[in-house]
Amino acid sequence: MEVGQMQRQWVDYTKSLFLEGFLDSQFLQLQQLQDENNPDFVVEVVSLFFEDSERLLNDLTNSLDQQGIDYKKADAYVHQLKGSSSSIGAQRVKNCCIAFRNFCEQQNIDGCIRCLEQVKQEYCLVKNKLETLFGLERQIVAAGGSIPTMELSF
Amino acid sequence: MNLSVKAMTSSSGAWKAGELVSDQFPAGLRVLVVDDDPTCLMILEKMLRTCHYEVTKCNRAETALSLLRENKSGFDIVISDVHMPDMDGFKLLEHIGLEMDLPVIMMSADDGKNVVMKGVTHGACDYLIKPVRIEALKNIWQHVVRKRKNEWKDIEQSGSAEEGDRQQKQSADEADYSSSANEGNWKNSKKRRDEEEDAEEREDTSTLKKPRVVWSVELHQQFVAAVNQLGIDKAVPKKILELMNVPGLTRENVASHLQKYRLYLRRLSGVSQHQGNLSNSFISTQDTTFGSISSLNGIDLQTLAGQIPAQNLATLQAAALGRSAAKTGVPMSVVDQRNLFSFENPRLRFGDGQQQHMSSNKPMNLLHGIPTNMEPKQLANLHHSTQSLGGLNIRVNATTPQSNPLLMQMAQSQPRGPILSENSASHVPRLPTSMAPTITGGISNGVLGRNGIADVSRGTAYNPIPQTSPMLSFPGNQSTEISVNSFPLGSTPGISSMTSKGSFQDEVTSGMKGSSGFIPSYDIFNDLQQQKSNDWGLQNVGLTYDASQHVSPLQGNIDVSPSVLVHQSFPSTQQAGQNRDATSIGKAMYSLGEGMEQRNLQNIGQNLDTLLADNSVRVKTERVPDTSSQTNLFTEHYGQEDLMSALLKQQQEGMGPAESEFDFDGYSMDNIPV
Repeated sequence: MEVGQMQRQWVDYTKSLFLEGFLDSQFLQLQQLQDENNPDFVVEVVSLFFEDSERLLNDLTNSLDQQGIDYKKADAYVHQLKGSSSSIGAQRVKNCCIAFRNFCEQQNIDGCIRCLEQVKQEYCLVKNKLETLFGLERQIVAAGGSIPTMELSF
Repeated sequence: MNLSVKAMTSSSGAWKAGELVSDQFPAGLRVLVVDDDPTCLMILEKMLRTCHYEVTKCNRAETALSLLRENKSGFDIVISDVHMPDMDGFKLLEHIGLEMDLPVIMMSADDGKNVVMKGVTHGACDYLIKPVRIEALKNIWQHVVRKRKNEWKDIEQSGSAEEGDRQQKQSADEADYSSSANEGNWKNSKKRRDEEEDAEEREDTSTLKKPRVVWSVELHQQFVAAVNQLGIDKAVPKKILELMNVPGLTRENVASHLQKYRLYLRRLSGVSQHQGNLSNSFISTQDTTFGSISSLNGIDLQTLAGQIPAQNLATLQAAALGRSAAKTGVPMSVVDQRNLFSFENPRLRFGDGQQQHMSSNKPMNLLHGIPTNMEPKQLANLHHSTQSLGGLNIRVNATTPQSNPLLMQMAQSQPRGPILSENSASHVPRLPTSMAPTITGGISNGVLGRNGIADVSRGTAYNPIPQTSPMLSFPGNQSTEISVNSFPLGSTPGISSMTSKGSFQDEVTSGMKGSSGFIPSYDIFNDLQQQKSNDWGLQNVGLTYDASQHVSPLQGNIDVSPSVLVHQSFPSTQQAGQNRDATSIGKAMYSLGEGMEQRNLQNIGQNLDTLLADNSVRVKTERVPDTSSQTNLFTEHYGQEDLMSALLKQQQEGMGPAESEFDFDGYSMDNIPV
């Protein structure tokens, strides 16, 4: 595939992520922070997010798997996940966290379990999407092209 | 002293000579970021670097504290997350405020009002909501400048002849200001490590070069020891200074630190004291809710309360007052059930004799890092027992001391906070209860915002008006810039209307421009001048009326600086990081409004509404209800009515919402007879 084509593909793909709500404008902020001095900034931050989130999700799963559930602790985990997902613009994950926190507050075990599943699902989805996007980027760069700048005009 | 920033180099070389051009002013600002979330930390670091700041990051609060302790003046500002595993962000905030006195910005993904309010009351100079955008970070330097400016003011307030100069300088171009401030501050702070300063520097008041004292742990301990030895009531700066016997430490330094310390104590202990305290001197005399005070005082307060939020808040040493402001809601006679601050005493009736309500005012945490402009003297006057007002140094400039029971109250409550020291002009007769009558009209507003407001409205605050509305005599300087404009009060228009009111003293120099109708007349404006930044909303949030009810401070200490009130007027609409403050302010306003009779608030202008609406903080403060008889007290009296009415109006409109939102614990806003 030639560079131009790949670039268009990248643009369309990115747009779709925004339109489908996987990403929000905060992601754009991250992209804007990237420059020649930090060409991999977005990838680095997102990788950090993946690591951190996986750890959090594990902790969260464990905390809900107990006999006596510590809702406060679970809420703290969710709160953190909410903060980091919102910082990178993972909108759907963040929204799940919001709902999740409500259930934690109500100490609703069923609601929490459901939310946990949902959060995990959304997390996997956005992770796949982003990894695909980064793959495209690598291809473009490898072919000598540059990554287009996105503007949220839609 | 030339304004160029060369001196700064000592610190981190960040400020290089010549670099201090206005548009480069923020470059090189040394920021410390604390957050346990690595993703956020990385993003923040990158954003701050992009803003040309020098960034140090750490993921643990303990690490941050030790970094700060080792390098006392190695940082200009701290940004910290609220929820951290090893230490609560607010605790860290307190430590930093007491020990290093640096401006601290809190941030969190949590945007609940309570949390934001907590930030304000603990003295955060701003509260950002995650995800943080780079735009929000670009302007954090203003907090540094503001703080320095206030410090200077503190130092120089002791009678420096330079005040005028200072003010001028202050009003000078921002860049200049910054630079001079920087130069003075940083340079001084660099030089003055632990009070090792050159006598010359200190004496050189004309040059804005006030050494910035860094209150190290040891120094603070010495200070505390001295205070304990003297007895907290008898601890006056001069004696403390003598006891401490630290070379290079000035009385002003001690005075301002004492202010903060008192606020801090008040805050700690005041939370439990609710309204009860308010009753003292507070309006007790006036049971006429503000009616009696109406002589403006009451109204002033109310209006102040209402109005203040916007503007006063700004002026009010937002920071300091922040806390109690909310609560105090200045229950202006309007015994707003809604308790703006759901304090204990729902009604802060001002004038109603209920002084108590104010008691609960939350102790305004003026302390934390909030450079309270309270003049040491004023503090003395205040004698607040205000715990409630905690920081509300709403100095209610009760012009008519007597008449403003409320003011008194307010003054009381406000711990010497940023008592608009200015009042000088305002005759603000110190309210008997140490209510810092400073609330020269405007101030009371401030107070109103905070608990004080309620209290302040009590008549005391509004003293400013009573007489000749000179209250607002913003201390002289009148350049009060009450740049309250920044009040985001959503509807600032309201406030602006207030400003026009001008019935308040002339001072009302529009500082309040944007501010919601806050009647500039408040002394707050005086303070505002200093502040110049209307960003109060945010910073002042601290003043805010801490929903807590420290309304009790009203007791007479309605020191609620209008700035406090002003804050409240922030249109709580803003949610953006910055707006957080606004909301809190709005809340404060609300409380004020609430206190004040809801109805009357209408006058206050829509701005308040926005605020109120958001914050549900009913600013009980005396809404100067122009119509309602009770609260009318104030409205009528003052020229400030407009302000108040605006405030009130806002409140009223806003009232609906929340009353309960703010759990002003101490605030017995209810007292405000409606």
